Amino acid sequence: MTDKDQYKIRKEPFYQAQGKEVALYEAAYVARLPVMIKGPTGCGKSRFVEYMAWRLGKPLITVACNEDMTASDLVGRYILEANGTRWLDGPLTTAARIGAICYLDEIVEARQDTTVVIHPLTDHRRTLPLDKKGELIEAHPDFQLVISYNPGYQSLLKDLKQSTKQRFTAFEFDYPDAQLETGIVAKETGTDETLAGKLVKIGRTARNLKGHGLDEGISTRLLVYAATLIKGGVEPRDACRMALVRPITDDADIRDTLDHAIDATFAV
Amino acid sequence: MTEANTAYEHPLMKAYREQLSCGFPQVAEVFEDCMAEALSVLSKEGINAYLEYARFLCKMGRGVEPVLIFLEEWPSIATTLGESALPAISDFIRKMWKSPNGRAIVPFLQTLAATSRRLHSQEQMQDYMDLALAFMERTTGSIHGIHTTFASPGLPEFFKHSPYLLNQVSIAGLKNWVEYGIRNYGDHPERQQDYFSLQSADSRAMLQKERHGTLLVDNERKLDLYLRGLWQTDAHFVPYSLKFDELRKPIPYYDKLGIRLPDVYDDVNDVSGLDRYRAVLAHIIGHQRWTTAIFADNYSPFQRMAIEFFEDARVEALAMREYPGLRRLFIKLHPKPLENACDPETTSCLRHRLAMLSRALLDPQHGYCDAQLLDFTQRFHDLMAPGGSNTESSTEEIASLALSYVAKTRRQSDQFARVHFGNTEVDYRDDNRHMWRFHEQSDDEEMFDDHRKIVLEEEELQGLPPRHYPEWDCNSQTYRPDWASVYEALHPKGNPAHIDQLLIKHAALAKRLKRMLDLLKPQDKVRIRYQEEGSELDLDVALRSLIDYKSGATPDPRINMSHKTSGRDIAVMLLLDLSESLNEKASGPGDTSDQTILQLSQEAVSLLAWAVDKLGDPFAIGGFHSNTRHDVRYLHIKGYSERWDDEVKGRLAAMQAAYSTRMGAAMRHAAHYLQAQKADKKLMLILTDGEPSDVDTKDERLLIEDARQAVKELDQKGIYTYCINLDPKADEYVADIFGKQYTVIDNIQRLPERLPQLFIALTK
Ligand SMILES: Nc1ncnc2c1ncn2[C@@H]1O[C@H](COP(=O)(O)OP(=O)(O)OP(=O)(O)O)[C@@H](O)[C@H]1O
Ligand SMILES: [Mg+2]
Repeated sequence: MTDKDQYKIRKEPFYQAQGKEVALYEAAYVARLPVMIKGPTGCGKSRFVEYMAWRLGKPLITVACNEDMTASDLVGRYILEANGTRWLDGPLTTAARIGAICYLDEIVEARQDTTVVIHPLTDHRRTLPLDKKGELIEAHPDFQLVISYNPGYQSLLKDLKQSTKQRFTAFEFDYPDAQLETGIVAKETGTDETLAGKLVKIGRTARNLKGHGLDEGISTRLLVYAATLIKGGVEPRDACRMALVRPITDDADIRDTLDHAIDATFAV
Repeated sequence: MTEANTAYEHPLMKAYREQLSCGFPQVAEVFEDCMAEALSVLSKEGINAYLEYARFLCKMGRGVEPVLIFLEEWPSIATTLGESALPAISDFIRKMWKSPNGRAIVPFLQTLAATSRRLHSQEQMQDYMDLALAFMERTTGSIHGIHTTFASPGLPEFFKHSPYLLNQVSIAGLKNWVEYGIRNYGDHPERQQDYFSLQSADSRAMLQKERHGTLLVDNERKLDLYLRGLWQTDAHFVPYSLKFDELRKPIPYYDKLGIRLPDVYDDVNDVSGLDRYRAVLAHIIGHQRWTTAIFADNYSPFQRMAIEFFEDARVEALAMREYPGLRRLFIKLHPKPLENACDPETTSCLRHRLAMLSRALLDPQHGYCDAQLLDFTQRFHDLMAPGGSNTESSTEEIASLALSYVAKTRRQSDQFARVHFGNTEVDYRDDNRHMWRFHEQSDDEEMFDDHRKIVLEEEELQGLPPRHYPEWDCNSQTYRPDWASVYEALHPKGNPAHIDQLLIKHAALAKRLKRMLDLLKPQDKVRIRYQEEGSELDLDVALRSLIDYKSGATPDPRINMSHKTSGRDIAVMLLLDLSESLNEKASGPGDTSDQTILQLSQEAVSLLAWAVDKLGDPFAIGGFHSNTRHDVRYLHIKGYSERWDDEVKGRLAAMQAAYSTRMGAAMRHAAHYLQAQKADKKLMLILTDGEPSDVDTKDERLLIEDARQAVKELDQKGIYTYCINLDPKADEYVADIFGKQYTVIDNIQRLPERLPQLFIALTK
């Protein structure tokens, strides 16, 4: 039997709630309803799931999806060994067996046929057929499925099928308001609120430009990066240019405007 | 579509023709087209003036050209400058006409559309004409002192090159350049011509010398981004010329029509021209956010001046709270008068005192020692101190502080006629006209013409009977059944070679796109695994089968794989807004080309069609415009079953724009074709330059809401809509209609590049 404990979150992750999502998630968990979390990149989706797993005291198995992923990567496969073959559970199977929360990060990246294997787990059946092995797994009572995706990429090919979407309850995340986000950056990196507030201000400047040459604004994650650099002794303006502006744009006018926003935000 | 239009002419058109009463056959040929454009942009009075003036040009005795150019160009000039620009322009032309310089009228008119786009405002146009007038007066008939009727040799050349010149330098720079030419070649006809046609070396060198500073027109996008990004607002910028008016330098200001800014800023004190623009904008936004106008009637001019200084300092303090780095910028630009620069025995020093106070309010290291100055600086900061009940203070409150300042520091000499001005002007501040209200309201509200459009009845499109579509009425939250009638017709055909030329013009871009398309291709060929019979062995699967076999389980015999081409299964509908506004010239940073939005759209659509054809996705193109709900036209350009061939290219080549934008009806109509496609994903791209509107619908919300409703309907039908909007101010409505599914392209020049890229990004 797999050691459950290795998947447990030992230390409380820092998570700053934006609204009622913690209580709502708990309610969904009580009913073991599958959860989908939508939101732009770096806004705290993964962190939230980690936090909930800790709070509920359940193991968490995270799978970062990519376009080469196949169903067997989730479910499991036989492998060759010196004296024959052995079945190896995939992460989804493990989660279903041990009663973990299984978090499929960026599910839209995976090929569409892959997403179909989660269907039987997400309705009343709560089962996972292992065709190869000829086994039908009944999900452990604690098992829950969570998926995330970023609707902002706006590629219609990378949208989920209706039949998949309609199996989930959903949260819509966005970057937190200025005050909350300041708190997050400060607490996450140990910088003071004033500095964090300035970083957030610059982040919001970029978000205002979304749709005018920027596809995505500056994420909370990048703000955390900038704060970390500054904490490590990098001059704030350099840190901002490096962590906030250069990664997100090649448009000279936008770069210039954001650079100016940095100058305008830092007094000295 | 081409009806015989010889016999019948609409009575209204006939009346216009009679009003013009111009016998040139060339004029008769273009008249109707010109009128159609004029009617869509000019008011009733404007039409009248247009025809009257054209009539004058016709009878002026300088051939057909002046009237022809005027008829064709005026509507677009009027859109740029406003139709009220006509009297001044006609006045100027009259002066040329009455002088020996009639020959210069044609080049002046020929370049007028381009120069007005560059100059952008009536004030600047006036400066330009004043300059030309002075030029004319000084170079006419003065050759070798013989006072005969010599025309100015340089003037026609000057006009011919004016768009180029204005692209290089500001009006003030132009003035210097002209001055040099006149001074040195005033009495040498050939060399004067060489100079003003930019042939001679020193002409180009002088121009180079005048090319300094940061031009507003070249930085509008950056300033737009600045307002949007840092202040979440937007504005229309109207340039004026600095230094042109030597006596009273104009000062920035704003009103309903926009923010007035100098056309060029030089770098000063280490501050770039661009940052100077930003400083002005930050100051003005400060007023817009925090100033509430107060009554002026009760105050003396001194008191008002003091109130303005205090209020300026207050809004800047608040702006600096948002962006502390602004302080650095303001301090560099704010004068720092010497404490003893003004002699109160002989001169009125209030201005000087206020300028120092203003400096002190901004700059903690001001170093002034005057007790009252220090006292009021402290009181100002106390008022503004965070933590109090009202940390922003108010115009009202700051005014009373200003009044007590005036009272406390009053001096007899303040009344003296001699006022100390030196080093007291804060040139990034606006003139504060917005700050004052008057009990005696003189009715100086700009009178907006009701741009009434007179709609011409046109022959009904030949073709299919109309299809009727419902329209959403947001007021009652119900559909109006069968409200809009959509007539579909084949788009008339033009010369397909034109489109091929456009593609050749963009060959470099096409090459880049091709590379991006190739990246999409691999997906194009997908592996199909688990095939019993296929083109090659799937090693992975084969191995697993072997393992199954060895471990005693039944092996999977499907160990081969094959390839399937075209994993893409997308059907695309491109819906083009072909409304009148597309005939406008595309204005953009550094824009000098004369292309209309329509032409740029045509290029973009050609490239997109080419790209989609390369990818092989099923693809249709339709255009639309409307003239009331009874007459929505859907022009078929390319159907799904048609190839990207000369037939289709021909239709694209003939693309024309007219009338209004009833978007919802057009989307519903286009959707019924897209819906019939058998594809996994269905994408409708809508290319438009403005919000939905139509002449019979006053309440603009109605058609916006209807379009939004149409997006919802399409979504339920599994059609993904996406809007490419060319209106930089689209944020006000586009998200209401399309949610997150839109892009605003501010820089229209880049549309041909952006449209295919967007498509690629959307479908990869
Ligand atoms: N509400 C929050 N509380 C605490 N930290 C947060 C919060 N939101 C964002 N963060 C910070 O931002 C970082 C990025 O968040 P996270 O990895 O959860 O983003 P995500 O939404 O999963 O992004 P992606 O879609 O790119 O995977 C976290 O590592 C954390 O530092
Ligand atoms: Mg994540």
